[in-house]
Amino acid sequence: MRVALTVNGEPMEAEVWEGESLLYALREHLGLPGSKNACEQGECGSCSVLLDGTLVCACLVLAAQADGHEVVTVEGLGADGSLHPVQEAFATTGAVQCGFCTPGLIVATVDLLARVPDPSDDEIREALSGNLCRCTGYAKIFDAVRMAAGS
Amino acid sequence: MSAPSRRLELGRVGESVRRIDAIPKVTGEFAYASDLFAAGMLFGHTVRSPHSAAQVKGVSTMEAKGMPGVHAVLTHRDVPGEKRYGLEFPDQPVLAMDEVRYFGEPVALVAAEHPEQARRAAAAVQVDYIPQKPVADAEKAKEAVRELTIRHGDVDAAGEVTVSGYYELGIQDQAFLGPESGLAVPDGKGGVDIYVATQWLHVDRDQVAPCLGLPPSQVRIHLAGVGGAFGGREDLSMQIHGAMLALQTNRPVKMVYNREESFAGHVHRHPARIWAEHRATRDGKLTNVRMKILLDGGAYASSSTAVCSNAASFAAGPYNVPNALIECRAVFTNNPPCGAMRGFGAVQTCFAAEAQMDKLAVALEMDPVELRIKNAIAQGDTLPTGQRIEGSLPVEEVLRRCAAIPEPDAEELPRDPIRLPGGAGNTTRGDGVRRGVGFALGYKNICYSEGFDDYCAARVRLYADAGGDLIAEVHSAAAEVGQGVVNIIGQVARTELPEIADVVIAPHSTAAVGSAGSSSASRQTWMTAGAVRAACLAVRDELERRGGSLAPGDEIDEERVYRHRQTSPLDPETGQITTGPAHVAFACAAMKVVVEVDVELGLTRVVWVGTAQDVGKAMNPQAVSGQIEGGTAQGLGLALMEEIQTKDGLITNASFTDYLIPTALDMPPVISELVEEPELAAPYGAKGVGEPPTVVSTAAILSALRNATGRELNRVPVKPDDIVGL
Repeated sequence: MRVALTVNGEPMEAEVWEGESLLYALREHLGLPGSKNACEQGECGSCSVLLDGTLVCACLVLAAQADGHEVVTVEGLGADGSLHPVQEAFATTGAVQCGFCTPGLIVATVDLLARVPDPSDDEIREALSGNLCRCTGYAKIFDAVRMAAGS
Repeated sequence: MSAPSRRLELGRVGESVRRIDAIPKVTGEFAYASDLFAAGMLFGHTVRSPHSAAQVKGVSTMEAKGMPGVHAVLTHRDVPGEKRYGLEFPDQPVLAMDEVRYFGEPVALVAAEHPEQARRAAAAVQVDYIPQKPVADAEKAKEAVRELTIRHGDVDAAGEVTVSGYYELGIQDQAFLGPESGLAVPDGKGGVDIYVATQWLHVDRDQVAPCLGLPPSQVRIHLAGVGGAFGGREDLSMQIHGAMLALQTNRPVKMVYNREESFAGHVHRHPARIWAEHRATRDGKLTNVRMKILLDGGAYASSSTAVCSNAASFAAGPYNVPNALIECRAVFTNNPPCGAMRGFGAVQTCFAAEAQMDKLAVALEMDPVELRIKNAIAQGDTLPTGQRIEGSLPVEEVLRRCAAIPEPDAEELPRDPIRLPGGAGNTTRGDGVRRGVGFALGYKNICYSEGFDDYCAARVRLYADAGGDLIAEVHSAAAEVGQGVVNIIGQVARTELPEIADVVIAPHSTAAVGSAGSSSASRQTWMTAGAVRAACLAVRDELERRGGSLAPGDEIDEERVYRHRQTSPLDPETGQITTGPAHVAFACAAMKVVVEVDVELGLTRVVWVGTAQDVGKAMNPQAVSGQIEGGTAQGLGLALMEEIQTKDGLITNASFTDYLIPTALDMPPVISELVEEPELAAPYGAKGVGEPPTVVSTAAILSALRNATGRELNRVPVKPDDIVGL
């Protein structure tokens, strides 16, 4: 089937099999592999994207469900070649090691700061608890969120 | 397909430097192995055994071959060369022949145009199994991968106080976020290029080429973006399989494991059973440590021999032990194969040894930190293997620095439930919550041991760009797995070649440079720094010879190999060193932990961690503290939640729903103190830093839980049932 959706502000179309997830369509059909696939069951948050402004796991959304909707991925956050402040903060604070969780965490942080511009430490921890990171132990990710909130 | 060359703009040795791959990683551009694409590529899928032990009477591929989109279905008959491979012994079949020995063992391969077609065709491959009774209990295993007994001094030496205990650890998974993935591309001339997430490019090549029946020159392994490793990528996963499918179909073939498959797709941390007895004088000097260690190696050898050596070598901890009897046995079973994971044998024995030290402190009515200081090993002292500590090992300093970090006061009630055991579950108002403080010390070796010829190559090409600026292009096969070795490469080049305008780091590949050895054993910073420095010095000498400058178009190209000092195998009868030291160097860490437990519900919360770590020299302090925080998280996982569950060898929790790893809500703040006493044998004095925090943190958290509950808690991960009902 054919789906038409807006991704990172651009209208896009893809021919998808009915069983394909939004994550698969983004990665394999639309040339946007920034959203990662680590668990395929909504546990790790590596595929976090914004769907009509709501934070979702793209692995749990069918590509067909995104037909007619608006998606923002990690690739769509920066503007004109410059980094989004959250991306800048992750790079600066050492919040990135292997980086596989990073795109999802950055999208989740953008979502958090849109809702809560100056989150407490507890709010940060709770908001990011759906995004697994195996390398950093999260400390520098919290630093990044605090830095981005202050910028 | 190959990663673009990356430029390093800033930073010398010792400075906190932003990762040079940080920008592509935060924008989503960084190409991980699972992100690779090649025109016309097919998707590979592996048919795996649903049994932990079975005879294989036959494999029928007829139906699968006829399915839509399918280009190849391969079995062991299609393996072009050697049928078996392995890190230490070639004992693991590329594809099962007449038997399967573990759950998830690869049996057949499929390549198809869509991954779903490949999955469906894989399901249609008919394998005729005759299930056998699996050996699922390590104590009933008949065959050992290795048995090592260390006899030190008078093994029967008595003490005035004796404490004993039995300890157990479950199977831990590396749970790297980026599942096993790679892309194999036939070169049209019979050879193949493999782009893969791995820890050691050249050892992959040396295992892959014989199985493909190709000379090594026709198998080129290139590092694709690695989504974490932690030991789990030391053994091969899709490398031979992808290459077989690519050569058979003459099309690029991509293989990406899903999470369930990943649990069967790599080796794990050895589960262990440990019986320990510590004897000491009344005033707290250890007189004898006796330990029996049983490691379940699972179905194939992997690196079990080296894990066995480590578990035994470091069993007594970094203490002066005049007499010891340490018996370690790693056995074959039909459980999931075990091999390398961060901490590599030292995690298991540290958990037991430190529980014993706490027990001893109680029996002696002595402060646990004081007891450890009293027995701390130091330069010039001798380990139970007979090896003298010649390099740096500042155990007492690490103990004192850690003990001096002030732990926070108990937080008052009521408070936001997110800061109570049970957290966001809002399960308590704090009524049944008790606090505990614990302490532990751990150590392990740095670099490969026991006579392994451990070396590392690097190549530096110095050229003048169009504007006349000197650029150093560094070729290294060192696997960047997230630890930051790419930064180390750049920092060393910047430090040794101050005249250069920029450093460019070339893609990591077997095609351009010699082996860097493995990104394992906390060795890669040390070894790669040594190799890059040697190559830079060679380039600098040549530049001076040419008068100190290069004309545009001229270049200097030097490759150098760095080796650490030679080691020798332990004596198989006595476990003592033979012609030289068995281990190159050591690093230690101490950790203090505050926990709270809810004794009504059995829930736990790690409140705070303070640690001091012996790092030699912090090459990049930000990266060092990142390793400490991340390594601590993995030890916390083993302490509280992580265990692969098996039933008769079958994995029953192969998902992130059922195998839990620490989240942002589970991790406390980690205060880390870096103890910088240079390792004189190491470039810049730097020791590896990745493993000590994982070695010590499980033990330290358990110490705190025991303090809070008064219970023995001799098995990790600790479960609510172990704590509830005090």
